[in-house]
Amino acid sequence: MLLFFTFRIKINFYNFVTLIYLEMNYIKKHTIDELADLAISIRKDVVRALKVAGSGHLGGSLGLADVFTVLYFNRMRHNPDNPAWPDRDRLILSIGHVAPVFYTALAHAGYFPIDELQTLRKLGSRLQGHPGRDHHLPGIELSAGSLGQGLSVAVGMALAAKMDNADWKVYTIHGDGELQEGSIWEAAMSAAHHKLDSLIALVDSNKVQIDGRVSDVMEIEPLAEKWRSFGWAVFECDGNSIGGLVETYQKAEKISGKPSVIIAHTLMGKGVKSIEGDYRWHGRAPNAKESEDFIREIEG
Amino acid sequence: MEIYLDKGNKSTKSGFGEGVLEAGRKNKNVVGIGADITTSVGMNLFADIFPERFVSLGIAEQNCVGVAAGLALSGKVPVFSTYGVFAALRATDQIRISLCYNDVHVVIGGAHAGISVGPDGATHQALEDIAMMRVLPNMTVISPCDATQAKIATERAILELNGPVYIRFGREAVPDFTDNDQDFKIGKGQLLADGTDVTIAATGHMVWEALEACRLLKEENISARVINIHTIKPIDEEIILKAAKETGAIVTAEEHQIYGGFGSAVAEVLVKNNPVPMEFVGMPDCFGESGKPEELMQKYGLIAINIVDKVKQVMKRK
Ligand SMILES: [Mg+2]
Repeated sequence: MLLFFTFRIKINFYNFVTLIYLEMNYIKKHTIDELADLAISIRKDVVRALKVAGSGHLGGSLGLADVFTVLYFNRMRHNPDNPAWPDRDRLILSIGHVAPVFYTALAHAGYFPIDELQTLRKLGSRLQGHPGRDHHLPGIELSAGSLGQGLSVAVGMALAAKMDNADWKVYTIHGDGELQEGSIWEAAMSAAHHKLDSLIALVDSNKVQIDGRVSDVMEIEPLAEKWRSFGWAVFECDGNSIGGLVETYQKAEKISGKPSVIIAHTLMGKGVKSIEGDYRWHGRAPNAKESEDFIREIEG
Repeated sequence: MEIYLDKGNKSTKSGFGEGVLEAGRKNKNVVGIGADITTSVGMNLFADIFPERFVSLGIAEQNCVGVAAGLALSGKVPVFSTYGVFAALRATDQIRISLCYNDVHVVIGGAHAGISVGPDGATHQALEDIAMMRVLPNMTVISPCDATQAKIATERAILELNGPVYIRFGREAVPDFTDNDQDFKIGKGQLLADGTDVTIAATGHMVWEALEACRLLKEENISARVINIHTIKPIDEEIILKAAKETGAIVTAEEHQIYGGFGSAVAEVLVKNNPVPMEFVGMPDCFGESGKPEELMQKYGLIAINIVDKVKQVMKRK
């Protein structure tokens, strides 16, 4: 009886500690070296998942692996054991087609088992082709995939945080081609008008889209000037440099009175030398042979 | 037969505005979103009393809908209103993905519904919004018949429903005839007048015209039942099927295109269960134009005598 009682106290003490841990101890900030290793693992798992899926977007997913690694393992305040934590930072993926790298980052962070990545795009999977909250995968803030909508939703979230005097941030990820959607600029105007400094957008500037070079399809330059004229703080960095991303995010997070945007120069297919910069890999998945080669290239 | 009296003319828009204000008083998470025409859609009542909960976003409907989704995902209960043509049609993709696919509770007020907007002409007359909204999964579509009902429906939609809601209302002052303590349930039609020969199923402003038609028909010894279908989705199948069984013919009436609208929704119910002869009163697949509201309602066949004509046609087919 006494033993049982002691045991109960221990459990309660453990629960108490767990509770504190859940509320306070979110994912630790990884070092640059740890982040670099993680980015390699994430790239390999992206290739594996796409091979099994047989379709999906490889190029953009590899190009954004460093951004996702930095966000989920260094910048964002979040807790995979408590995905609905009200004070978590939010990530809005406006370009739902890079779901493979998003899911892989979530799995590595501990939101769900890494094995589940093998169900990508399959019937009944929680890993939909574009993120869908109706399939209940933990860690997804928004069902998205129709381009040009994510920034507006992020503005709504940042407005809510401001009304509640909450200190959580909203990070968004956009494509450069996506900026051709007019609704992006409606949202950009409103974020500056309402002085939403908790909002930090990132543009995956890989200079390509499905039809070819962004500059041939529909020029979006001068991009930094556009954002600046809309009232945003603008930063540029090498989007495939982990150190550069960490440093740039730190600067953007300190901005007050206006939203920030990071124009991250990335390489589509980054990490797999033989396909880097090749826009034909925007919407393709590797076959078994290619997948083996790509993983070897990623391992270097 | 119950007698419905016009308590005086009032716009369904003012009912919407009062409903938003009332909901805002009861739930501090209610947030208003304005797209430049705040007074014109009745939201000034809320904005004046709760300025800290009112967000102005300018003439940018697509952004307004996305922002509403973000607010809803962060614990707020957003109400966004602009003219129905812009709310339901310009921002349809945002409504489909950011609202409906995410299944967030946002109430969209579609103002200036129907041709009775009048002199502004075709660009501003919302005549396709029911069709566009009712096809979307998770969406609730409400079309109240008068100002009193608009207030009740708006307040309930904001405070009691989940998921996205589209509620449409008009600008013109129209007869206000329902009671404050009416039996109103979202998703349940109302039997306004009992009858045995034919049923007139109406929504929005056309409900009053249906009651007028019922009076005219009585003079010719035709006993018409009038049902008010204020919730177009989910539709009350029970009241429609009961009417089909007991009266054997149905005429629908709406201030909206016939194709894809309220009449189509009723037809879908009948066709799969009990196909009885049916006729439609509504916009005949064309755009509106400028004119006084009553002139337009007359020109496009949206008044009581048009319903009477359709009743006579449908009864020949029984
Ligand atoms: Mg691109």
